[in-house]
Amino acid sequence: MTGRRSLLSRRALIGGIGAGTGLLLSGCDRLNESDSWRRTLRLAEQGNEAAQRALTARMALAREFDPHHISRKFPENGTRRPQEAGYQAMVQNGFADWSLKVDGLVEKRLALPLGQLRQMPSRNQITRHDCVEGWSAIGKWTGVPLSHILDLAGLMPKARYLVFHCADRLGGVPYYESIDLIDARHPQTILAWALNDQMLPVGHGAPLRLRVERQLGYKHAKYVMRIEAVERLTGIYGGRGGYWEDVADYEWYAGI
Amino acid sequence: MAMNGPVSEPPADPAPTTGHPRLTRLWHWANVIILPVMLMSGLTIFNAHPRLYWGHAGNLNDYAWFAVGSSPTQSYVRIGETRIPSTGWIGNWTDDRGRIQTWAFPSWATIPSRYDLAAGRRWHFFFAWLMAGGLAAYMIGSLANGHIRRRLHLSRTEWYPRSIWRDMRDHLSLSMRHRAELQHYNILQKFAYIGVIFLALPVMIATGLAMAPGMDASAPWLVDLFGGRQSARSVHFITAFSLLAFFLIHMAMLLVSRPLARLRTMVRGRPA
Repeated sequence: MTGRRSLLSRRALIGGIGAGTGLLLSGCDRLNESDSWRRTLRLAEQGNEAAQRALTARMALAREFDPHHISRKFPENGTRRPQEAGYQAMVQNGFADWSLKVDGLVEKRLALPLGQLRQMPSRNQITRHDCVEGWSAIGKWTGVPLSHILDLAGLMPKARYLVFHCADRLGGVPYYESIDLIDARHPQTILAWALNDQMLPVGHGAPLRLRVERQLGYKHAKYVMRIEAVERLTGIYGGRGGYWEDVADYEWYAGI
Repeated sequence: MAMNGPVSEPPADPAPTTGHPRLTRLWHWANVIILPVMLMSGLTIFNAHPRLYWGHAGNLNDYAWFAVGSSPTQSYVRIGETRIPSTGWIGNWTDDRGRIQTWAFPSWATIPSRYDLAAGRRWHFFFAWLMAGGLAAYMIGSLANGHIRRRLHLSRTEWYPRSIWRDMRDHLSLSMRHRAELQHYNILQKFAYIGVIFLALPVMIATGLAMAPGMDASAPWLVDLFGGRQSARSVHFITAFSLLAFFLIHMAMLLVSRPLARLRTMVRGRPA
C-alpha cells in the first residue's frame, strides 16, 4: 500500500458512497411523485396478480388451523365503533330491521334479514387474518358462503365484480371494497356473522363481515350493508375499487 | 533469494489473467441499485408494525421477540428482554424540519422518505421482480458459463480447518496476504459469496413469498418451511440485516485492498 494516492482515492470512494446514498434518497422521493413512475411500479401489482392466479388452483384453500391456534385476542382494526346515527340505531335494536341488500347486475334483487342469513347453509373456518401492516391473528369465522347468495340472486353474464357497500365512514368517506368473481366463488369467501362462536361484535363489523381469505385484511369489508354486482369499478366512489385503494393508493389485488 | 522487504509491502500482484465475466459485472451493478431499494422500501413496510414474532400469528396482544418502543420523549429497541436505548436513531428521531418523529426507522433510511405504506410496498414488489429475475439469470448463466465452478467451487484443501483458520487470521489482521485474489477468491470470500447467492437472497425471496396471503393457499409448504407467516417475517428481517452486514464488510474489504483496481475490474472486467 503506497501511502498518499490510495489514501486519497479511499477518501474519494467513501465520499462517493455517501454522495450516492444522498442522491438515491432524494432521487427516489422525486421519482415517487412522478405519475409515470408510479404507473411503472404498478406493473408489479398486475404481475403479482397474474402470477398468483396462474400458480394457484382456483379453489385452493387458505390454510385452516386447529382451535388451539386461535389468537387470545383478535385486534379490532379500521373502524371500531361506527358513529353514524343510523348504524347506532341498528345496534340498539339488535339489527332486527337490518337486511342485506343484493342488487346491480342480478336477475333478482334480494333483501335478506339477519335471521334468514343465519338459517342458510354456513361454513366454519379457522383462518389467519393478515394485515397489510404485517401482523396476523387467527380466528374462527362462521357465515354463509357468498356463492350461495349469488346463486339465489342470479348474476347477469355482464357482471364481473362485486362491490361491498359498508355502514362505516373513515374520515367522512364511506368504506367499500370489491372483489372479482374468482374470489367471490371461492369456497372460503363467506359473509361472516360470528367470530369465535360469538355473534359478530361491533368492533369486528357487526352484523356482517366479508371474509376473502386469500387477500389482505383491508379487503375484508366490515359492516356490509349492500352487495352490488357491476361490470366495471370506474365511476364507483373513487373508481379504484376500494376505500384504501382510493384514499391511500393501496393495491386492489391484495394477495401479496 | 530471501527477499526481506517490509511485511507491509508485499510485491505487486502478478497481472491477473482473468477478470469478471460480463454477467457478473452486470448483475453486480444492478444489485447496487436493487438491493438498497429493497432494504429501504422494506424498512418503510416494517415501520407499519415494528414488532417481530415467531409462529403463525402475532399482533399487539402477543409477545414480540423484537420490538421498537417509541414515545415523543424517548425510544428503545427491545430484543428478547434486553432493552437498548435508541433515542435519536430508531423510534424517536428528528426530521429535516426539526420535528420529532416516532416511526421506527428514520426518513434517511426509508423509501419514500416520509411514511407511505402503499408506496413502500409498490417500490418493494416492483424491485422484488428485478431482484428475483436478476438472481435467477445470474445463477443459470454462471452455472452455464462455468463461473461458479471456476471461482466459487471450494476445493478439498480449502475445507481444512488449518486453511480456514489461516484465512480468518489474515482477514482479522487486515494483512490480506492473498494478493492473488483478483484471480482467486480466498475461502472466507467464497463462503460469503456462496452464502449471499445461494442462501441469503433465495431465503429473502422465499420468506417474502411466505408472507403473502395468496401464497398461503398456493404453497402452504413454503410457509411451513419457516414455521408460519410471522416466523417468515422474522427470518426476512434477520436475513435483510445479514445482507446489510455483508455489504458493510464487502465495503471494508474493498477499502483495505486496492479499491480502485477492484472497481476497475468490476467495471471493465480486467484490472488494467
